[in-house]
Amino acid sequence: MEYLSLFVKSIFVDNMIFAYFLGMCSYLAVSKNVKTASGLGVAVIFVLLVTLPINYLLNKFVLSPGALAWLGDSFAGVDLSFLSLITFIAVIAAIVQLVEMIVEKFSPTLYSELGIFLPLIAVNCAILGGSLFMQQRDFSNLGEAAVFSLGSGLGWFLAIVTLAAIREKMSYSNVPAALKGIGITFITVGLMAMAFMTFMGISL
Amino acid sequence: MNDKLKETLLRPIFIGNPITTLILGICSALAVTVQLKGAFVMGLSVIVVTAFSNFIVSCLRNSIPNRVRIIVQLVVVSLMVILVDQFLKAFAYSIEKQLSVYIGLIITNCIVMGRIEAFGLGNKPIPSFLDGLANGAGYAMILIIIAFFRELLGSGTLFGFQVIPQCLYDLGYMNNGLVILPPMALILLGCIVWVQRSIQKDLQEK
Repeated sequence: MEYLSLFVKSIFVDNMIFAYFLGMCSYLAVSKNVKTASGLGVAVIFVLLVTLPINYLLNKFVLSPGALAWLGDSFAGVDLSFLSLITFIAVIAAIVQLVEMIVEKFSPTLYSELGIFLPLIAVNCAILGGSLFMQQRDFSNLGEAAVFSLGSGLGWFLAIVTLAAIREKMSYSNVPAALKGIGITFITVGLMAMAFMTFMGISL
Repeated sequence: MNDKLKETLLRPIFIGNPITTLILGICSALAVTVQLKGAFVMGLSVIVVTAFSNFIVSCLRNSIPNRVRIIVQLVVVSLMVILVDQFLKAFAYSIEKQLSVYIGLIITNCIVMGRIEAFGLGNKPIPSFLDGLANGAGYAMILIIIAFFRELLGSGTLFGFQVIPQCLYDLGYMNNGLVILPPMALILLGCIVWVQRSIQKDLQEK
């Protein structure tokens, strides 16, 4: 039950885009049509799901204060948390590279579909943000971290696909010239975020 | 040369502003603008990080192999961010807590990476430093504009000082709670883009 509540919460209430604006750059740049948007969305879910548990383990057993106690008593006082940023980003960049190579080897069709998005994901704030939130919220076990990563990934996917659908329709509408393109997109995302705020306060 | 430097410095602040024309670095721009103080500190941090990482990468540009450049850039940027983060933790702890993960997220701020890719890798260190400085400043400017409106309308204060007089509240004026919430940040940014593109017609999309 706790997992379910965390899952739903991370999709709707703590939505990466609408509540924290994470991954906004690629969100706005790649949401012009539904097909590419869902490609990027799937890639984000996948990378989040792989990197976040790894970073969770790293944080728990290497980085957080006193985490090195399993190496012996003399390590118990070591606090490496100042290294967490660089460790997380290194893990993310390495995993993205690895995922790219694996996908290229085993599924060329998927590779050509995801294509340019995979390397872009290394600098997507949603991925690093997920790891940083994980560190901040102190999840008690690996399962929680994994559920959180799946939920945030799905939330991001949902957000980008819905925006892409709206933008596809919007390209036919008569928007004031100065507001065309990015201006109206910001306002649309704002309205969508307002709609998502109705999920606030839901508890399962 | 002097004109070129001037162009490097001024262009990103107004005409080629990284947020409103290039649409880079939106993530943190929206999240930290509830109060002017946070926006100010965030803007300064981004200026420092962009300027110095652009400078460092530009110094290294002839010795970085092209294939691994993203990782090298990420390492340089995250070193700068760690320095800023530790500095803030030591001297401005409450603000660091308030900005929470967004300081760390400067690493993946597209402005930093974008400027390194577009400018630092192909130019000498000093112009790169200025380019980073100017782009950071353009970012900080938009942050401060948004934060100004959000703090004024949302809490009636500026930098934490009460600006809207008590007599207005007595007449029935109320702070607009919606402005503090995330959606209004997006809508405000949309309006800023609107204003800028009405003035600079060449930026409008067809």
